[in-house]
This record gives sequence, C-alpha cells and structure tokens, in this order.
Amino acid sequence: MDFRLDEEIEFLKTNIRNFVNNEVEKVAMQIEKEDKIPERIIELSKEMGLFGLSIPEEYGGLGIGMVGKCALYEELGKTHNGYTTLIGAHTGIGTVGIVELGNEEQKQKYLPDMASGNKIGAFALTEPEAGSNASNLKTTAVKRGDTYILNGTKHYITNAIEADVFTVMAVTDPSKGAKGITSFIVEKSFPGFQVGAVEEKMGLKGSHSAELIFEDCEVPEENVLGEVGKGYMNALKILANGRAGLAARNLGSCQKLLDMCMEYVQERVQFGVPIIEHQAVAHMVAEIGVEIEALRSFTYRIAWKVDQGEKVIKEAAMLKLYGSEVYNRVADKALQVHGGVGYISDYPIERYYRDARITRIYEGTSEIQKNIIASQLRKEYS
Amino acid sequence: MDIYVLLKRTFDTEEKIVINEGKVSDEGVDFIINPYDEFAVEEAILLRDKHGGEVTVVSVGSEETEKELRTALAMGADKAVLINCEDLEAQDQHTTASILAAFFQDKDYDLILGGNVSNDNSTGQVGPRLAEQLGLPYVTMITNIEVDGNTATLKRDVEGDTEVIEATLPLLVTAQQGLNEPRYPSLPGIMKAKRKPLEEIDYDDLDIDEDEIEAKTETITTFLPPEKGAGKILDGELEVQVKELVSNLHQEAKIL
Ligand SMILES: Cc1cc2nc3c(=O)[nH]c(=O)nc-3n(C[C@H](O)[C@H](O)[C@H](O)COP(=O)(O)OP(=O)(O)OC[C@H]3O[C@@H](n4cnc5c(N)ncnc54)[C@H](O)[C@@H]3O)c2cc1C
Repeated sequence: MDFRLDEEIEFLKTNIRNFVNNEVEKVAMQIEKEDKIPERIIELSKEMGLFGLSIPEEYGGLGIGMVGKCALYEELGKTHNGYTTLIGAHTGIGTVGIVELGNEEQKQKYLPDMASGNKIGAFALTEPEAGSNASNLKTTAVKRGDTYILNGTKHYITNAIEADVFTVMAVTDPSKGAKGITSFIVEKSFPGFQVGAVEEKMGLKGSHSAELIFEDCEVPEENVLGEVGKGYMNALKILANGRAGLAARNLGSCQKLLDMCMEYVQERVQFGVPIIEHQAVAHMVAEIGVEIEALRSFTYRIAWKVDQGEKVIKEAAMLKLYGSEVYNRVADKALQVHGGVGYISDYPIERYYRDARITRIYEGTSEIQKNIIASQLRKEYS
Repeated sequence: MDIYVLLKRTFDTEEKIVINEGKVSDEGVDFIINPYDEFAVEEAILLRDKHGGEVTVVSVGSEETEKELRTALAMGADKAVLINCEDLEAQDQHTTASILAAFFQDKDYDLILGGNVSNDNSTGQVGPRLAEQLGLPYVTMITNIEVDGNTATLKRDVEGDTEVIEATLPLLVTAQQGLNEPRYPSLPGIMKAKRKPLEEIDYDDLDIDEDEIEAKTETITTFLPPEKGAGKILDGELEVQVKELVSNLHQEAKIL
C-alpha cells in the first residue's frame, strides 16, 4: 500500500494552491457580495486549464485518474464554494456524460471547447415534480424525422446561465417509466431553448441555478447521448461518477476550516489564555481533525477503487453521504470555535456554514444515499 | 532567438525569517522561483512566442532546485539546466557569476535574462557580473523590451523615471517589477513539463578553477532587525513639545 500521490499530481496541486491563495481567496468576499465570479478569475482558470480537469488528454484535457482529480478538487475546495461549484459542476456532471457515454463524433465536437472552458457544461435532470424521484420526468422528447422535439421545464440547474452545453434527460417513451428516458446533448443555441428564472439561494453565491424551458426545442438525432431508453441509468452513472469529486471538494473545505480554527484558537485570548487552553475548545478542534482524516482516507480509497475499474455504487453513495455530513458537522463546530466572529459576515466561517448545507441535498439527498446503500447491502446479503 | 534565463530558488515572500545558530533557517520553508526571475521567464516565453527560437532556464543551485526549474518548464520554457553546487562551501555572487560564465563559454545566445535582484540577498550583482565576465552589454531593471532584428529597445526603471535605451544583441538584461504579469503554469503545461529536457551538471564538470570561484565576501554575523519599540506621544504646550522632540532626537535617537 502506498498512500503517496504521484509527483506530477503534487505539482498540479501546488499550482492550484498558489492560484487559489493568490487569486480566488482575494476576491472571495467580492464574490459573496456581488454573486458573481470576476471575469479575471474565469479567464485565469481557463488559461490554467482548470476546465479540462476531467477530460482526456486527446480532447485537450488533463487526462488524469480519479485519485489525481480528487487531489485537485481538494485544493479547489479550500476556497469560495461558489467558484468551486462552477468548476466542479462543469468538470463533474457537466462533462462526464459526454466523456463516458459520448460517441467519437460527439467527443470531437464538444470536448475540446469544454476542456478550454470556451464552452461550459451543465447537467439537467431535476424537474419540479422529479427531485429525489428522478425518474418521474415530465419533459418529453418526441421524434420527428431526424430531430427530437423537447417540451418541458427543468429547475435548479447549476451553471444554467453560464453553460453552452447541457446533458438533458427527457422522456422518449412514457409507457416504459424509467426505461423510457433518454439523454440528449442540448446546446444553448438550439431553437426553442430558453433559460428561465435564476433562483436566489442561501449560499453558493457566484454559482447560479436556474430554470430551463424547452418549447418545441429541436435537438438533432445525432445528439442522443448513449442509447435511447437508457437515460435514467445514464443519469445515475453520471451522478455516481461525480460523488468522489464532491467528497474531495468537501474535504478541502473542511481542511480550510480547520486551518482557520487552528489559527484562531491560538490567537484569541479569553480568561487570560489562548482559547485552545480551554479543554472544551481543544476537544472541538480535535474532533474536527479526526473527521477530516477519516474523510481523507475514505475519499482516496474510493477514488483508487474507481481507478482500478471497480464498481463502487454502494461505496460512492456512502462517500457522498459521509463527506456531506462531515462537512456540515465540521462547519458547525468551526463556527462554534470562532464564537461571535463565526456568525459575522465579514469573516468567511458563516459562508462555509451556509455553503456546506447544499451538499446534503444536491446530487442526491443524504436520505436517498441511504436508500441506495441499504438496497445495495440487501442485494449483497440476499 | 536563443534565449537563456537565469533563475534562483528563493524563500517564499510570505515566509517569516528565523535565525538558528547564526544562520537563516530553511526548516519548513516554502520555496519559489525568485519573483524577479519569474518576470524574466515570462518575458523570455513572450519573446520566443513572437520571434521563434528556444528558451533555456539555467540555475546554479541544489537538487531541490529541480522543482523551480520544472515550474519554469511548465510555464513554457523549452529546456532547463541545473548546475549543482551543493558540494561547494563558500559561495557568493562572484561564485555564482563565475560558474555561469564558465557555463556560457561554449553556448550561443542572443539574449540572457535575469532578475534585477533576488528576494533573499538582494544584491543585484549576478547579472552585471556575468555580463562583465562574458564581455556583454547589459541593461538592468528593465520594464519593457522590444526586439527588432539585432537591436533591442529597452525601458529602464530609474527611481520612478523611465530611461529608454537601445542596445545590440547579444545582450544581458535584468527584469524589474512591472515588466509583465507572470502566468500561472497551466495544468496541461505541468503534464508536458515532465517530458521536457532538464539536464543536471555538476559545477566541477565545467572548465573552472576552484580558487577562481571562491567567495570574495565573508558573512561575519547574521541578525534580525531590532523589534520596533512602542512610539512616544508628547503632550503639553506646543513650545515645550518642540523642545522635548529636539532633545529626544539628539540624545535618545542620536540622529541630530
Ligand atoms: C443549489 C442547487 C443546485 C442544484 N443543481 C442541480 C443540477 O445541476 N442538476 C440537476 O439536475 N439538479 C440540480 N439540483 C436539484 C437537486 O438535485 C434536488 O433538489 C435534490 O435531488 C432533491 O430534490 P427535491 O429538491 O425535489 O427534494 P425532494 O425530492 O422533494 O425531497 C424532500 C425531502 O424528502 C426526502 N425524500 C424524498 N424521497 C425520499 C425517499 N424515497 N426516501 C427518503 N427520503 C425521501 C428528501 O431526502 C428530502 O429530505 C440542484 C439543487 C439545488 C438546491
């Protein structure tokens, strides 16, 4: 067993760390206030090749495995989560569908522009009546000649305003339920496609989730992603693949919170001593430390399994659940350690506290992860 | 154009300086490319992209310097050379310049770029010393360079003012802040950097007389600047305050 990262991955990590510290951290408060990632940060991210994080080398991406990707996501998790979500949703659910399920023409057509960040990706499954019950889709896709005509509404779609390329799930055969769903690659410029209302959110400022409205939207047949009728399975696969990456981002945020805690508890004096001298405070940071170590081991072990080509449906669900719950517990303790300052918006702690909350909801709620885990366990033990 | 860049591995600018047993301690310290050398690397890449040719980055350093050289390769330099001097005891700017002079003896170059100063010793000597030894014209503290055929037009920072200089190639220049904004190495650039040539040579592989390169300076002591004491606020009648101030400057601060 060797837990060391490859030299190149360490090198990539260091460079992302420098970029995050020198550039993104400096505008974190600005992102929070303006609900917008500054253009300069987006341009620098493109130049650095961050948008190609999960795309194979032959299509202009980085071509690294899941362990490597997680190492980089961990670094990205150490800064403003809205920025991280823009990159994460693009490199995760936004591109993975085309990478894993796309045919050669589709990959050639879309991936190079997505790797450079010239085209941003998004993933559109959720609808007002299909949240956790994701196969209950109402958006339809009717074949007319060599074109599919899409009608319906998606909501809460991350990167909706920034994205040019959407992986969209729609019903092609209503009589078949989950087996009547197909995935499509939909471009923003297709006739009949429209981005609707942008949601106001509790956190993740700078990342935008919005409605997509399809009104007789014309999608050419060659934009069917994977097989007709396999759309629901595709969606589950794409989501499963994103799970280790999300856990790694959460891990980075937890680490950042611990770094901030350790600085604060040694500086802040109450009752004549730095507050770390009070055992209750010391124990809180100790608990945070343990949670982080456990999450780190878990994340890289599952990432390693993915790189070995192993099936990780159960483990990925466990990791999504655990990583999100740990992030929330750590954010809560970190705020407590900081006292009043933790609650004040001039400091970053409360931002992490709010941003942590979404991780238990999107890409499948914690409850849904438990359902997946339990049903996998039942299969194993029957 | 054959372009060479002189690069030094230095302490990260954010590091706190700690003195241990009379020496600046490098324990747990993060290292970076000397920021002024980073301007030089960036400018070399820009010039190469405009005029063609090749950028070679050279460092007199130790095994660890490989990391900073790889970073320069990841930024876009074509080749790197590490001249390992770990075994050399007393080194100063004269040593570094002499080793570099020996290295450049059999090289073809149009332009050598370096940093104006290093952020650790801040002497600004290596560039000019090397140019002297190679018999090259040199311009320090440049904030702009345009190359046209065999001529370079340079802007030079002279304490807030700008001097414009025309010089012929081959030429050595040192970079001042403001020359450019160095790029972050791109992630694909980092992946490619591992396939780019990084040659390591030992300083005694070069045609050098050990006595010639011996340090000409000696460090007698190393100390941190004294901690700043609390300020003194005077009060009372203005006339009395002025008198007290003058007397303090005389007797306590001893600057009058
Ligand atoms: C900021 C943000 C970004 C998002 N980004 C995207 C995106 O890019 N693409 C996309 O397609 N979607 C996206 N979503 C949608 C997100 O995935 C869904 O909100 C999530 O899956 C939950 O669905 P729901 O909101 O309809 O809640 P519901 O499904 O209505 O759930 C309500 C509650 O009931 C529980 N529950 C429901 N069913 C069960 C069950 N069977 N067993 C146990 N508990 C159950 C849930 O766990 C939850 O606690 C995003 C959402 C948000 C808020």
